[in-house]
Amino acid sequence: MSRTFVGMPDFPTAAAGATHDPQLRHNLREATHTIRDKRDSAVGELDDWAQLRAAGKAIKDRTLRHLDGYLEQLESAVTAAGGTVHWAADAEEANAIVTRLVRDTGEREVVKVKSMATQEIELNNALDQAGITAYETDLAELIVQLGDDLPSHILVPAIHRNRAEIREIFLRTMADWGVPAPENLSDQPAALAEAARVHLRRRFLDTKVAISGANFAVADTGTLVVLESEGNGRMCLTLPETLISVVGIEKIVPSWSDLEVFLQLLPRSSTGERMNPYTSTWTGPTDGDGPRNFHLVLLDNGRTNALADEVGRQALRCIRCSACLNICPVYERTGGHAYGSVYPGPIGAILNPQLHGTSDPVDASLPYASSLCGACYEVCPVAIDIPEVLVHLRERVVSEPGHAAEKATMGAAGWVLNDGRRLGLAQRAIGAARSMVPRHIPGPPSAWTDTRDLPDIPEKSFRQWWRKREKAQEDETTGARQPREDGAEGRQRSDRRGGERS
Amino acid sequence: MTGSRERILGRVRAALADVPRDERPDDVAVPRTYASAHGGDPVPTLVDRLEDYKASVHRVTAGGLAEAIAEAARRRSLARLVVPPDLPAEWTTATPATIVRDDGLTIDELDAVDGVVTGCAVAIAETGTIVLDTGTAQGRRAVSLIPDVHLCVVRADQVVNGVPETVAQLDPHRPLTWISGPSATSDIELDRVEGVHGPRILEVIIEEG
Repeated sequence: MSRTFVGMPDFPTAAAGATHDPQLRHNLREATHTIRDKRDSAVGELDDWAQLRAAGKAIKDRTLRHLDGYLEQLESAVTAAGGTVHWAADAEEANAIVTRLVRDTGEREVVKVKSMATQEIELNNALDQAGITAYETDLAELIVQLGDDLPSHILVPAIHRNRAEIREIFLRTMADWGVPAPENLSDQPAALAEAARVHLRRRFLDTKVAISGANFAVADTGTLVVLESEGNGRMCLTLPETLISVVGIEKIVPSWSDLEVFLQLLPRSSTGERMNPYTSTWTGPTDGDGPRNFHLVLLDNGRTNALADEVGRQALRCIRCSACLNICPVYERTGGHAYGSVYPGPIGAILNPQLHGTSDPVDASLPYASSLCGACYEVCPVAIDIPEVLVHLRERVVSEPGHAAEKATMGAAGWVLNDGRRLGLAQRAIGAARSMVPRHIPGPPSAWTDTRDLPDIPEKSFRQWWRKREKAQEDETTGARQPREDGAEGRQRSDRRGGERS
Repeated sequence: MTGSRERILGRVRAALADVPRDERPDDVAVPRTYASAHGGDPVPTLVDRLEDYKASVHRVTAGGLAEAIAEAARRRSLARLVVPPDLPAEWTTATPATIVRDDGLTIDELDAVDGVVTGCAVAIAETGTIVLDTGTAQGRRAVSLIPDVHLCVVRADQVVNGVPETVAQLDPHRPLTWISGPSATSDIELDRVEGVHGPRILEVIIEEG
């Protein structure tokens, strides 16, 4: 069954391991570059992308600032359409509600559409403990589930697995879960996809209960929306008798017409397609079409913590496209597991500490899991200023108890950097002592050097080098008695001469 | 779960203490300066986008529809075709396949047919998307999902340019399915494979004139 993230190492420790895995780094680089190139061209087709992005941001801000009203409106609309709405304050309550709803049907098996919310609350584990088996039906989630593994990407959870590994997982485990993989299974993607189709086909046709998330929940009509590619979503949303959707309270959009913005922003940002192969929408159950019973579980689970933070609130605009993961130089080198959560990458680095608080070392380390290069903000379809939130969360982390060494270091650094003379002295001292500096520093700074290689210290500081260079140039110029019209030309000439000499 | 409902709504209200009490949702401006469509000749654009998704596209004039459906059925060796109960009978008069009307077929009966013929509600040119809303000639959702080949008829006057125009036309209270090409996955090393759980083949017949 699915494993939990409990006991994961903090980001620097996990990242140190991942960055030394050349296969993982290769896979990630290939994958992220492929998706980001596709995204670039899909986004480039729309000359009003900036306007769509501004509208998407504003719609989500409107929703968040008036979330209480929209939640009540959504509840009324879903109820009026024949659905039943449940409220879950945390993961435990959500799992209890879903478990009870499944038990009420008398069924012991459910099929699942890929859903970040149910991953977040570890629903599969909870169902398993209640004697209910949850079958993941998205191909990547199936690979993760069969491999007793953890997802590492929001969009392509098995991005860390290559075809040979997937073949091996299918051959080894499919028989334990149902229809076995064919003995002569090749590692061609088409063959592997066909094996998944055969493995799940009967399950789709026979299972009476499905569990999904939703990409959007429309407040004024009570409509739920799921975007997908494989048709597994359509199967789960169409064939079972009961459908249970677990949806974060931030997934609301105010009105039906707002979808015109998000159905353009999401596919192009996410898979780099003009549109994903399948989108299903449903407004309560429909006689003779789709499930007879529909339950919507509205999930808080820390979202109101994020909402309470005026800077951090913008993380709730996220539509889970994963563009920020694919562009992130840190994610590209560490992979998703290092983030210790179902939400990896830049968005995970700001979402997790807000959902869970920063008392846990994993969450406290995440605001530092970034170079603050800003690429994530550039590609975000709802303009979440991730670097701004990261810096804000860093302030929060260091203002909490337990960061004495960092505070002392920063205090000392401030004292040195505020005075040119002190800085010069310090740099000279460091340069002179370079042969004595160890690779790892003992004591509190070991938290830094245990997971990073200490950089080589140069012989001279930049200031020393610059001063020497200026002096040498001046000597040379005076020696040649060459007039100097201005600094720039002087520099050019000296460069040219340098070239001739070499 | 009234307790949790009030608790969550209470938390939300407490979290939004910075929002002025007299602010209304409409006070948060949403700039609607984006385009309603991105130009282009709708039908050729639709054809281009559909082919980009590996769907087969045929353009026929009025009167050529029945033969186009028959030809697709022959090419794909479809012996049994399911059709929604209100599919115009003349669409399938030329096809040699056995026509099975969906008058409440079981899931297993649907699984035993080779293909399905439907119409659509609207098609979006610039994204290559066909939308079914279970209206005339479209049937319930299971009909266009379970058979492996989907032959979909789009009238040229059902083609619109962009997503905003489409959203405005559709009734959210109907069960909607947006289809952009056949079922596909890119979950294995990002290699796109057409055909996983939904129909593996999508043939679109555009009827013009």
